[in-house]
Order: sequence, then structure tokens, then C-alpha cells
Amino acid sequence: MSTTDNRPFAIRTYSPAQLKQALKRMYLVRRFEEGAEQSYMRGLIHGTMHLSIGQEASAVASCIELTDADKITSNHRGHGHCIAKGADVARMFAEFFGKETGYCHGRGGSMHIADVQTGNLGANGIVGGGLPIAVGAALSAKRLGRKDVTLCFFGDGANNEGAFHEALNMAAIWTLPVVFICENNKYGMSTSVERSTAVRRISERAAAYSMPGVTVDGNDFSAVAEAVHHAIARARAGEGPSLVENLTYRWRGHSKSDRNRYRTKEEIEAWMARDPIARFQAELIAHGVLDEAEAIAIAEAAVSDVEQGIEFARGSAAPAIGEVTRYVYAEA
Amino acid sequence: MDVTAQETSTRTLSYSEAIREAMALAMEADPTVILMGEDIGVYGGAFQVTLDLVDRFGPDRVMDTPISELGGAGVAVGAALTGLKPIFEFQFSDFATLAMEQIVNQAAKLRYMLGGEASVPVVFRMPAGSGTGAAAQHSQSLEAWFGHVPGLKVIQPSTPEDAKGMLLAALADPDPVLVFEHKLLYKMKGEVPAGYYTTPIGKAAVRRAGSDLTIVAASIMVHRALEAAEQLAGEGVSAEVIDLRSIRPIDHETIVASVRKTGRLLIVYEGVKSYGIGAEISAMVAESDAFDFLDAPILRLGGAEAPIPYNPDLERAAVPQVDTILAAARRLARREV
Ligand SMILES: Cc1ncc(C[n+]2csc(CCOP(=O)(O)OP(=O)(O)O)c2C)c(N)n1
Ligand SMILES: [Mg+2]
Repeated sequence: MSTTDNRPFAIRTYSPAQLKQALKRMYLVRRFEEGAEQSYMRGLIHGTMHLSIGQEASAVASCIELTDADKITSNHRGHGHCIAKGADVARMFAEFFGKETGYCHGRGGSMHIADVQTGNLGANGIVGGGLPIAVGAALSAKRLGRKDVTLCFFGDGANNEGAFHEALNMAAIWTLPVVFICENNKYGMSTSVERSTAVRRISERAAAYSMPGVTVDGNDFSAVAEAVHHAIARARAGEGPSLVENLTYRWRGHSKSDRNRYRTKEEIEAWMARDPIARFQAELIAHGVLDEAEAIAIAEAAVSDVEQGIEFARGSAAPAIGEVTRYVYAEA
Repeated sequence: MDVTAQETSTRTLSYSEAIREAMALAMEADPTVILMGEDIGVYGGAFQVTLDLVDRFGPDRVMDTPISELGGAGVAVGAALTGLKPIFEFQFSDFATLAMEQIVNQAAKLRYMLGGEASVPVVFRMPAGSGTGAAAQHSQSLEAWFGHVPGLKVIQPSTPEDAKGMLLAALADPDPVLVFEHKLLYKMKGEVPAGYYTTPIGKAAVRRAGSDLTIVAASIMVHRALEAAEQLAGEGVSAEVIDLRSIRPIDHETIVASVRKTGRLLIVYEGVKSYGIGAEISAMVAESDAFDFLDAPILRLGGAEAPIPYNPDLERAAVPQVDTILAAARRLARREV
């Protein structure tokens, strides 16, 4: 008698501990960004920020099987990737608050948060900027005989930069262990994929560079995990790059300057009804990975981490004004 | 109706309103003028400069490009070469680094390489500068880079009136012009003449006359220098403030004449101090007959030798401010340099 396991991929593949950690990280992303947004409104932090609320499954499911040896490159909407890769929200808040204890010692801010120790090579202020860098990281792994893979996160808008095409081509001709993850949230700022991109699905671009390309529901944790799992396996086996397109949606405006004139309230509401966190949590409960009470405890733990993170950030020291030119070059 | 009076009347507009008015005037007068850029249509531009122009002129003339700076700038160059007059907006001037090829190798050189047979009347709008908390890749002042390229014209209007008049001059110019607009100026208000007028490219403006020292400032630094000059006046130091307005071509005469008069020169600009416009101006003065009139070494006040940091206090410290201009001017006036 053969039994097939019909449970979702993530449930049958990862341990309960991994799945609970993933749920916690999704909550952390959401609460971190809400905390950052509130701090901004209260005038505690300046600049701008790009929130990924609504896209948590894409970041966290993509990173679920990575170790600290694996690398990611991220983009301007990078808080989720950073948390998914294992960063500490306290040091992220410290960066937001421009403090010396922040991941970039207050020099980088939201758009440049990185955590080189956990393999996050950094968010990026330049659309498409991370793509060739990811290919370079994969080249290092291959030449130096390491088994690590690089996940390269970017948005739909980035697929029209020359850097995207050059990067995918080089990854393919040199058979490098990199997974390109396009988070297609329908818009690059105000410009829809239909108006900016000649193909219907960005995963179709993969064909031009002889690599597998798939499109998945980016708000379905398990679907993302499965697609990225196969791409990582291919990379680790030395078979080269893949392109995974996660269809998702950002609930918030592009940044602080967005008047939301290019999309409708109905569209936003329809996507908010497909909350990736609520979906994943319901799935975990349905399959007995955790119960309602545990889920609440996880959500509350995220809230308290965020509160403590903000306290840590506010209490931390700012960089010394005299150190404007510090870190421009290596210190002797 | 008295047409002359109407044309010479002025209104208070913001710097961005003045730019928008110039673009609208040009588009009404000339069907070959088009706007290109990222999110300049329904979004209204990252800094809301194009705002509602898409409603007035339609998406065929206010074209949202994909996020493709190299390609987009190149399409603008090709269109300019063949009959259109594109105004290409970089969302941030920092992203012109992705389009250097088309700006520097193509737009700047086509007329020359083709022996004068081709013309590239394209305008690139470049929102620039720090002070917005946007950190290292969204806050640069790269104007001097482009000043190094023969074939390009590079301007930095500092007032709403100039923003309009110089943009219209740029559009009327048969060669490529880069207009650097400091982001902190967009909301600044000033008197702007109604109707069509051009403010010549290549002419500096004396914004305040003085006799003890000359401050040459560019873009937003003009306003900081004027504030410093006001305070200096209270201390008995008479500073002349020159608004550079144009980096290439540069107004040699106005600067040299001023230095001949004052004998002291301070140059204030936001771009990184070394290899910047201050180096060019100080060398220009040192090579001129104004050299003999100098009573003190020339002083440059520019941006720190660092990327623009995120932390707001570091960010402020990274570029000249009124207090640092004041301190430098005092040292220069007292010959403490
Ligand atoms: C080279 C470059 N061009 C333009 C921008 C301005 N910009 C920042 S994010 C963005 C939209 C990016 O869209 P997408 O890649 O789909 O990511 P999303 O914001 O939707 O997550 C734009 C135009 C930039 N930062 N860098
Ligand atoms: Mg997008």
C-alpha cells in the first residue's frame, strides 16, 4: 500500500521548529515595518522607507533553508529579506535611528541595511544594483569550492534594467549557484508590469538565458518554499541558476511620497484579503504544527522584540560628528 | 489688453512650479517637445515636478519609461537627433551613473564626431543634492563630473525665476544640457515672470554686491552664502555673493572681475571638495590677471571626502552649511588662512 503525503510542501519538508521560526519571522517583518512607519510619523526617524508589508511570505519562505554561509542580495524594499536571513531587529532599528549600534553604524539607513555576518550582502538604493553582485558572490562560491548559494532578491521593475539581463546571462554561461527571485508586486513605483515589460510573466525571461523560470503565488508560503527549494538544489548540485517569480503585492505606497493614484482601493483590499501571514498561520494550525495559543504567543513575541528593538535603538549613541569620513577606506 | 504688461507681470511660484510652467509653455508652443522619465505621468514624478502634465498633454507626450536609465536616456538622444526635443527626467541625478554611456559617449560627442552634421537638442533634468535623509546613493552632487565633458552644457539654477528661464534656454539650445535641480529647492518660492523668457546659459549673477571678499556659490549654496553674507555685514565684512548658475560654460568674466575688486575668494559648493568646481574656479582665477589682486589664498568649501551618510547630523556635517560658510569667510577676511 502506498501512501502519498498530501500536505503542503513546507509542512512535509521542514521541522516544526523551522516552521515556527518562519512564522515568527513573518510577524517580525510586519511589526518591524509598522514600528518603523510609526517612528517616522512621530518624527523619530527621517528619510524615506519602502515597506514590504504584504510580501512577507516571499522573503521568509525563500530563505527558510539557508544557512549563514549562504548569501543574499536585496533591494530597496529589503527589511523582510534582512529579517528572513536572520538579522536582529534591534540592530535594524538602530540603523533606522542612525545610531552607531546599527548594522551600518548609522551611515546607511533603511535602504542599505545589511548583515554581512549572516550572509546578507545588503539592501540597495539602485534598482538592479544587486543582480550582478549576486552573480559575483556565486562566482566566489564556485571558484573557492564552497557549497553556498546566493539568493538575489529584486522587484519586477528591476527586470528592465540592463543589469538584470547581463547578470542572468553571465550566471548562465558560467553555471553559477545563484537563484534570482523576482518579487513581482505588479508595480515598479507607479508603473505596472503591463506598461513596462514586454513579456506577460517575468519568469518567461529565463528562457532567453537558458535557465528554468517559474511563477508562483508569492503569498503562499509553501509554494514559494517549494520553488526556491528546487532552485537551490539545482544550484548546489552545480547545475546553475534559476529564476523564480513570486506574485505578491505591497499594501503600502511605494514610499512616503506615494499618492496611490495608479491603483484602486478595491485592488489593494483584494490583496489585503490574501494576507500571507494569516494564510500560513492557518495552514500551520490546520496541519497541527501549532495551536491557536502557540500562534498567539509567537505573534506576541514578535511585538515584544520590536518594542525592545525600538528601545535599544533610541537608547543607543549616535556616531560622532567628526567621523563623517570614517569607513570610506579600510582603517590602517 | 496690454500684452507687454501681462508678459512682464510676475507671480510667486515654487521652484518646481516654475519648472513645470516652463515645460508646459514649451510643450504648448512646440509639438516636438516631449517629456520622458520614470513615474513622471500619473505619479507626477518622484518630486511632483511634472505633477499633472500628463493630464494636460497625454501619455504620448509625457512618457513613463520602464526603469531603464541607460536605454531611456539613449532613446532621448536618438529622438533628439531626429526631430524631437525630449526633456528626460532622471528620478534622482544619481541614476545618471547608469546612463553615463549615452550622455558622455553619445550625446556629448555626436555633433563633434560627425563633423558638425548632427545635433542633439536633449535636456536632462537632474534632481540632486543631500539633506533628505536618503543616504549615499540618492544624495550625490555629480555636476562637476559632467562639467568635465566637452559637448555638454551643465547648469544649476538656484531660484524659481532661473529654474524657468534656464530650462527654456536649455530647450532652445541645439546641444545637450543637463539641469541640476537641488531637491531642497523644489519648495522654495520666488517671483517668476509670466510668459516665455530665457535666462542665458553661461552667465553668473551677482546676488549681493560687496567689497571685502567674493563668495562664489552654486545652487542651494547661494542661499546659504547670502545668509552668511548678511551676518558678515553685521560684523563689518562686506561680502559679494556670485551665483554661478552655469558650470559649463563658466562665466570667467564675472568671477574674475569680482576677485579683482575684493582680493579674496571663497568658493562654496555641495559636491565633493576635491576635483570639483572649486578646483576649476580657483585655477581659473590663479591663471588670470586677478591673481595679482589676491590678498589671501583662495578658499574652497565643498562636500566631505565621503559618500553622503544617513544619520541626519552626519549628513548636515558632510556639506557646507551657513555656519561653516561664515567661519570660512571670517578666516578669509581676517587672513587666517
Ligand atoms: C537605477 C534606479 N532607478 C530608479 C530608482 C528609483 N526607484 C526606486 S524603487 C523603484 C521602483 C522599483 O520597482 P520594483 O523593482 O518593482 O520594486 P518594488 O518597489 O515594487 O518593490 C524606483 C523607480 C532607483 N532607486 N534606482
Ligand atoms: Mg514592483
